[in-house]
Amino acid sequence: MDQKELRELEKRCIQEEPPWCAAACPLHVDARSFAGCMSRGDWEGARKVLEKAMPFPGVFGRVCDHPCQEKCKRGEAGDPVAIGALERACVQAVSSQAPVRALPSRGRSVAVMGGGPAALVVAWDLARKGYGVEMRVRRNELGGTLRDFPANLLPPEVVREETDVLLQLGVEVHAGCSLDGALLEELRGRRDAVFIEVEDDIGEGWGLERDEKGGILADERTRATSLPGVFAGGGSRESVILAAARGRWAATSMDRHLQGVSPTAGREKEGPCETRLFTSLEGVDALPVVPPADPAQGYGREEAMEEAARCLQCQCLECVKICPYLERFGGYPKRYAREIYNNESIVMGERKGNLLVNSCSLCRLCEEVCPENFSMADLCHAARESMVSRGKMPPSAHEFALRDMAFSNGEKCALFRSQPGHPSSAYLFFPGCQLSASAPHRVERVYEGLCSSLEGGVGLALGCCGAPARWAARNDLLHEALEAFKGRWEAMGKPKILVACPSCYQVFKEKLPQAPATFLWEVLETTLEPLEAAQPLRQVALHDPCAARHEPDLLDTVRRLLQRRGFDVEELKTGGVLTECCGYGGLMANANPPVARAVVERRAGETSRGFVTYCAMCRDRLARAGKPALHLLDALLEGVDTEEAAGRKPPGYSQRRENRARLKRSLLKTLWGEEEDVAVEEHESVVVRMEPDLEELLEDRRILAEDLRHVIHEAEKRGRKLVHRETGRFLAAFKPAAVTYWVEYSPSEDGFTVHNAYSHRMEVLERGPR
Amino acid sequence: MKPAYEDPTPPPWDCACGKELEKRRVVLTYMGNEFTVELYQCPSCRFVYVPEDLALGKMAEVEKILEDK
Repeated sequence: MDQKELRELEKRCIQEEPPWCAAACPLHVDARSFAGCMSRGDWEGARKVLEKAMPFPGVFGRVCDHPCQEKCKRGEAGDPVAIGALERACVQAVSSQAPVRALPSRGRSVAVMGGGPAALVVAWDLARKGYGVEMRVRRNELGGTLRDFPANLLPPEVVREETDVLLQLGVEVHAGCSLDGALLEELRGRRDAVFIEVEDDIGEGWGLERDEKGGILADERTRATSLPGVFAGGGSRESVILAAARGRWAATSMDRHLQGVSPTAGREKEGPCETRLFTSLEGVDALPVVPPADPAQGYGREEAMEEAARCLQCQCLECVKICPYLERFGGYPKRYAREIYNNESIVMGERKGNLLVNSCSLCRLCEEVCPENFSMADLCHAARESMVSRGKMPPSAHEFALRDMAFSNGEKCALFRSQPGHPSSAYLFFPGCQLSASAPHRVERVYEGLCSSLEGGVGLALGCCGAPARWAARNDLLHEALEAFKGRWEAMGKPKILVACPSCYQVFKEKLPQAPATFLWEVLETTLEPLEAAQPLRQVALHDPCAARHEPDLLDTVRRLLQRRGFDVEELKTGGVLTECCGYGGLMANANPPVARAVVERRAGETSRGFVTYCAMCRDRLARAGKPALHLLDALLEGVDTEEAAGRKPPGYSQRRENRARLKRSLLKTLWGEEEDVAVEEHESVVVRMEPDLEELLEDRRILAEDLRHVIHEAEKRGRKLVHRETGRFLAAFKPAAVTYWVEYSPSEDGFTVHNAYSHRMEVLERGPR
Repeated sequence: MKPAYEDPTPPPWDCACGKELEKRRVVLTYMGNEFTVELYQCPSCRFVYVPEDLALGKMAEVEKILEDK
């Protein structure tokens, strides 16, 4: 990712877009923060927010014609927030929070002709920037048309007080002047730039181009006139706040003119503008405006707080609200894109964004809920690819899952056969490694069913499609797995592939387009026999796996099948195209187990019913989260007690491996009449036992029974171990590959009892420093 | 790097070869980084004892830092 790509990406996250109120305000007053402070009773804070963007807050806070309110999002659910009245309440109750100070003198000066709102703002802005300011005013005091507001709305003493600030800033004010072309000429001679505040017709003799009404022709945004160094603005009759803003724009132009920089660069967002922000009104009840008890007096403290609390505090966060992963890292995609970009740019030092990159489930729900389709999946996957290619992927992030994939595709589990007695194959059943791990008995049963119901021979392929490698951005391993599969599939005569797992389907579809894969469910739909008995558990909530999100036919097929089987299916709010991940996708559960747990627990809590789903991993994770959960096969196959099936304890990592290996052995024996000829390694015959609590702990620590056997076998063979002085237990370590495992154990009748185990990746050299 | 861990109390484990463990300076290595720590080791067969809280605590912490480097 380069800077340009980053900026394009950042732009697509709209969380930092201004709220409607601030975008509509000619001065971009942050009315959202203002209302937030007001609702909390922090009126000093509220006044500070006003002072940040609003000159003469005591004046404009009282008389602003609040174009913000027309755009206020709250207006779509009740009345718009009475921002104008709140500002008024604030500036009436709270005095200035910070003294107005000027920068050191720049040694240059400007003249301002006029004393109304625009002229005052020009003087305010430029005096504070360190320019000398000379004001020429027609009336005998400052304020111009501000003096025309009723005194109860804008008391003359407030105007005096506020405009006195200009005197403190060193502005020279000359009252009672005649403002004409001659004065302009004189001022142009003495000053570096001139601002003219105009109302309607200015009359002849100015030497300036005029508009159709006789006013000075000025650029709407820069306020530049036909004379260089002369700027004009005003027009307070339509909107006092727009007049003030025109003064601000003119001041910006004058400053730029005096500094000799571009008058227009970077000013696109000046003035009222559109916003791309999205704010959901879901669950927002319509509320009417809070009426002040005394309209003439305006809001009292309690009333104002109540009214301000109606502010929706508009923001987007559509994706963050729905994804525990996005929530956990405390930001939103725009920030994450920047963090990930910075993470990639680090040459020396800690890459703090690694966990962010590796924790995403790549489920793509964020894209669906984002008004601009921002994809964390694409961002994180590209970052993973980059990390892998630069050798910067933390070895521990995905290793466990990749080892599991290697095991699935190793000689103990992988199988590729034509149907017994069939020389050719029209179909190839690919149940996937997780269904084989979770419910090997179902795989056997389905395969037998397919063999008897389909014509032309049904081959069987046991193994992993390569999805873990794809998630880990290990394209080398993915390629290897797919090439191996492809070779055998071609040799089998390119049969139609029947998959049970949506993740396998996704891999085949995207990475092996020449091998057309179909869902098992489509075949089952044509061969499904009516059930003899009704299922004991038939009220279920449907959890669509995240890989099914963009497969509308699959989503429909599954629903039809469940209906035909008589299930009463609850559709979750986040189902179908909006479905949530179970926490395994993208190897989230490997890289960040706590977030993966939060993800599945969130899902589990969305319904009081048990689940039905059609991904074995989703099924097992929902079951592990304590919910009854059926795999679609449990729901469809004849003779399955759904209540019992939904309560089936999900196998742990070791059992999953064992189930796959046993499935292969069993099928080989029963269908092909073969004994497995894989050599059994010595350590595999070590018998280990442990308490269920420890089993759970080792599951969390990702220590397999296989690892325990390895350690004990090596320790017993070589006698290298420690002995506990009191309990007599042994403690030994072994490092079969990258990880060193420690096992505390004692001999038992038929093998060994394991009391504890832990691991580390750091290697211990049995020597001192050289 | 400073010693990652120092256990003040001797462990309740003896080496199966019959010797008591002794506190010694040994080298740990990960991802091309080497550092020396004091751990209990068998003076005869050189077996080094890594306690559970070290493996799951400081060691895991340093592993993560090195992986993110």
